[in-house]
Order: sequence, then C-alpha cells, then structure tokens
Amino acid sequence: MALLDIENLGLAMTSFEGETQILHGIDLTIERGEIWGMVGETGSGKSLTGLSVSRLIPSPPGRYTSGAIRFEGQDLLQADEPAMRRLRGRRIGMIFQDPTTNLNPAFRVGTQLVDVALHAGRADPSVLGLAPGASARALKAAAKARAVEMLDHVGITNPAERIRSYPHELSGGMKQRVLIAMAMIGKPDLLIADEPTTALDVSVQAQILRLMHALVHERDIGVLLITHNLGVVAQICTHVAVMFRGRILEKGPVRAVLKHPSHAYTKALLDAVPRAHTKRGELRGLGGIDMEAAE
Amino acid sequence: MLFYFIRRVAMLVPMLLGLSLLLFVVARLLPGDPVGLAAGPNATPELIERLRAEFGLDQSLPMQYWTYLTGLVQGDWGQSVFTRRPVFEDLMTYLPATLELVIAALVIAIVLGIPLGLLTAVYRNGVLDYVTRTVALGGIAMPRFFLGLLLQLGFAAWLGWLPLAGRFPLIGFPPEHVTGFYTVDAVLSGDWEGLRLALAHLAMPAFAMSLSPLATIMRMMRASTIEVLQQDYVLTERALGLSSRLILFKYVLKNAMTSTLTIIGLYVSWLLGGTVLVETVFDWPGLGLYATQAILTQDFMPVIGVTMVIAMIYLVTMLLVDLLYGVFNPKVRYS
Repeated sequence: MALLDIENLGLAMTSFEGETQILHGIDLTIERGEIWGMVGETGSGKSLTGLSVSRLIPSPPGRYTSGAIRFEGQDLLQADEPAMRRLRGRRIGMIFQDPTTNLNPAFRVGTQLVDVALHAGRADPSVLGLAPGASARALKAAAKARAVEMLDHVGITNPAERIRSYPHELSGGMKQRVLIAMAMIGKPDLLIADEPTTALDVSVQAQILRLMHALVHERDIGVLLITHNLGVVAQICTHVAVMFRGRILEKGPVRAVLKHPSHAYTKALLDAVPRAHTKRGELRGLGGIDMEAAE
Repeated sequence: MLFYFIRRVAMLVPMLLGLSLLLFVVARLLPGDPVGLAAGPNATPELIERLRAEFGLDQSLPMQYWTYLTGLVQGDWGQSVFTRRPVFEDLMTYLPATLELVIAALVIAIVLGIPLGLLTAVYRNGVLDYVTRTVALGGIAMPRFFLGLLLQLGFAAWLGWLPLAGRFPLIGFPPEHVTGFYTVDAVLSGDWEGLRLALAHLAMPAFAMSLSPLATIMRMMRASTIEVLQQDYVLTERALGLSSRLILFKYVLKNAMTSTLTIIGLYVSWLLGGTVLVETVFDWPGLGLYATQAILTQDFMPVIGVTMVIAMIYLVTMLLVDLLYGVFNPKVRYS
C-alpha cells in the first residue's frame, strides 16, 4: 500500500466572485523513501496541495470537488477533525517557508517543542519510548527529554540551554532547524515541507537540505517537498512533479524529467534557470511559451 | 530589570512633587473661603482668625506648601475643614471602599472580556459575536450612572434581589476591619453571612462600572485575536496537531494580550476618576463622594489628598503595565 496516494483531487475556492476551481484532478503517489519535489510557479497550487493532505484548508471557502487523499489506505477527505488531529504532528509532519514567522514569538522554543511532543506522545506513547497507558507525568518528562534530544539531532549546539531561548534570540537557520525538530519530533511517516529553504541564504539552505536528507534516510519516510527552486530538486529529490495552473503536467523520477522533459512548460521552466555562463540580458522568463497551448 | 524598576520608582518622586505643587497652587487660587464656610454665618471675626491660624492659612503660600509637603512625607496630609479629621485618616476610610469597587469592576471586565474577545474572534459573524457586539456597543454608549439607575430599578425595586444602595446594611456590623475591603475582611474573619451581604451590595455598582471597560477589552481582544489567528505560527501549531483550545488559550492569548493590557491600564484611572457618579447613585461611601463633598465646601486638603492618591495609584498601575509587557512579549527589554 502506498504511503500517500492522491487521486483525482479537485479543490474549489469561494470568493466574492463565486466559486473557482483551483486544483484540477491531481494524481500523485508517494512511497516510503521517496522525496517528491513539487515545482511550479507562484499560484500553481503547490502549497494548496500540501495543505490539503493535512486538511488545513478551511471550509468554507475551500471545497473538495472530487477525488481522494489516501494515507496508508485511509481516505483523509472522509476523516473528521479529531481523526485528522491524531495524524497531524504524529504521522504527518509539516514545515513551512519562513522560519521567522512560523515560531510563536511569545514562547520559548522548548515550550512549543514539548507541546508537539506531548501531543504525539498522547496519540502514541511509543514515540516517546513509553509503554501504552503511561502516566501524564511520565509523558511530560519524556517529552522534555525528547525535545532536548531532537534539538541536538537537528544540529543545534548546547540544546539543553537553547531550549530556553525565545525565537528572536536565534538565527534564521537555527529557527528552521527548530521547526524541522518540531515537525520530526512525533516521528512522522510523511513530511510535507513547503519551501523550507526559500527564506534562508544559500549556505544555510545547503545545510538545511543536507539535514532533511539525512533525517529522511534515517527514518525511511516519504517527503513532499514544495519548492520553486529546480536546483533544490536536483540536489535531494528522487522524483519530481511539475505543476501549472492547478494541474500536474509532468511527473516521474527526477533524472528522467529534468534530463528529458516531455512537456513544453517543463522545458521552458528549465531554460529559465540562470546558469554560470548566462550573459547579461539573456535571462529567460516564461513569457515566451504559449500558456494556452501548454495547458 | 531590577535597575529599571528602581529607576522607574525613583522617577515617581519628581512627578508626585510637581503634581502636589500644581494642586496646591490651583487649590489656593480658587475663589472662596473654606474657613468662613466651616465657621458658619454667625461666626465672630475672632473665631475665624483662630480657625485660620489653626489650619495654617495665615502663613505665606510658600510656607504653607512647605508645611504641607513635609507633612505629606510624614503621613500628615493636613486636616479637612469640613470633617474636622486628618485627611489621611479620611482617605484610609474611603479609599478601600473605592478600590474594592474599582477592582471588582476590573475583575468582571477582564474575566468576561478576554474570553469573550477570544471566542468572538474565533466564531466571528456568528450568533455570539453579533449579540456581544450589540451589547458592547450599548455598554460603551450608555453612561454609567444611567445604567446604575436601570439596574436599581430592575434588581432592587422590581425583583428585590439586591439591596438598592449602600455598602452594607445600616443595622448590620461590617466584617472586622483588616484591609478595609469588606469582601476580603469577611473571608479573613470567616464571616460568610457578611461576605454574602458585602457581595450583594457590591454587585450592582461593580457591574455598572464594569460594562464600559468590559466592552472595550472585549473589542480590543477580538481585534488583536483576529490578527494573531492569521499569523504563520498558528498554522504551524495547527499543522502539528495541537488542539484548538491549547492554541487559542495559550499560544494566541499571550500574543493578543499586549494591546489589551494597555487598555486595562488606562481603565484603572478612568474607573478611579469616574467612581463619583456611580458612588452617588449607589450611595457608596468612597473617595468620589468624599471628593465631591470637599469640592463643594471648598475644602482644599481633601481635594489635594484625593487627587494625590489617585495619581499615585495611576502611576503605580502604569509601572505594573510596563513590567507586564515584558511578560507577554519577551522581546521587550528593560534598560
């Protein structure tokens, strides 16, 4: 059984102008050990696909018009909120784009980590190394220990002290490490990372990608990595899906798609990547291709 | 932090000094003759002279101020011409009554206003939201004394559930004096019947005073909660499975508190300064009634005393609010 199987997913959003179809029949299957890169320009529906898996799109305005999202066989579109909450943070981890705005500024990073660990531990005590039916006190102690351990694991030095830091006392890269620790503390089977490196500078980007790569291999989990950076895809993804206007135009193993793109849009996207020998004034945009034809 | 605190407390001294000087000058510049009023229409010139000397009014103004200032520091706040008692003693009698009223009103406003603000933000445009917003608008718009009259009409005259006015039954004995707060004293001395009576008398005036701050706190809280709910970190917290109750009452609440805290601080002075209307309607023996009487009889010392006390409480409240900012927003650094 596939870890995640999105089948013919359709999503519509209501606004003042009426209902607009946003996602058109998304099909995507992620197995354990696969890192799927999802690329596409702004507004192509990458993030909404990611948020749909965790059922984080409020309804209204969102409405699923068709399809299913099966997580280990269970259709998440049929799941109620309590059932979804048991999956979030425990079976499905999420990381978002901007580390400076995704940590709560009024709380120590430890408080937030411990609360997520406690939530995951309540759903499944074995996550914290406890037997089923562990006491609340045991859970709390284990959650605290696990928070320190997890900070250490994502490469934060002096974790026992750092756990008492407020977000504004940490650098952007450290904050993203904390957020990765928060997403991974419940030992999820699926990680959805929505542009996790976009807000970081290049050298930190590489560190964070290496860290994610290591964590994924260690745990054998599936990853949906949403990005608009083809360089990132080439570096760590095993598979790639190219999105455009709410559709997946092309998908497959990363090598095949990037080396031999079958779709005109993918080609245009690849040509738009600036290279070291690109001359001044030669930077190509996507304006040259016929969007209607591409659809 | 400690250094900041000491510096802020030290800054209170020149502020209070300046205020006392200003008050003193204004009070003395007012037309009128308190001694004449106190001595009555048939007083002999000798009696008036004697009273003037007794109250120190025959000395030069700078001398009078100096006498007053040194007295202030030593707890001698001058004498009321009208009650013939030391002002400090009067204040110690009336201040607890007013503080009890103000604190009760604030507690009602905070305990109801903050959760209602949070909930109406979450369920905005729902039934609860519309009902509370309408009531809140009325709460802000309606004058306190008028609301007080309506309450008296409803709960005392028609329903007869609550006493019409006063702080305690005239024939009853108030709880043993410890703090001067009847409710606290009743609890301390285990006088439960006294507590019931004190609360029954407190209920209407406290509610009448609380409605406006309650409405403002609620609206402030609603607005800042709506803003906080749209922050990225709330999405992250939801995405990692934290319960909506934990997110709202822990993670959102603390972030939304900062602006509400400012409003609460401002309301302390608003309530203290505004007790006079409610105290008049409910015949509540507090600072407001005392000050009104003093102003009407041109009794300088009580007026200065009341103003100084209110100013002191206000300045201390502002200091507390500034310190609390640091609790709700860790980025605030005291230096």
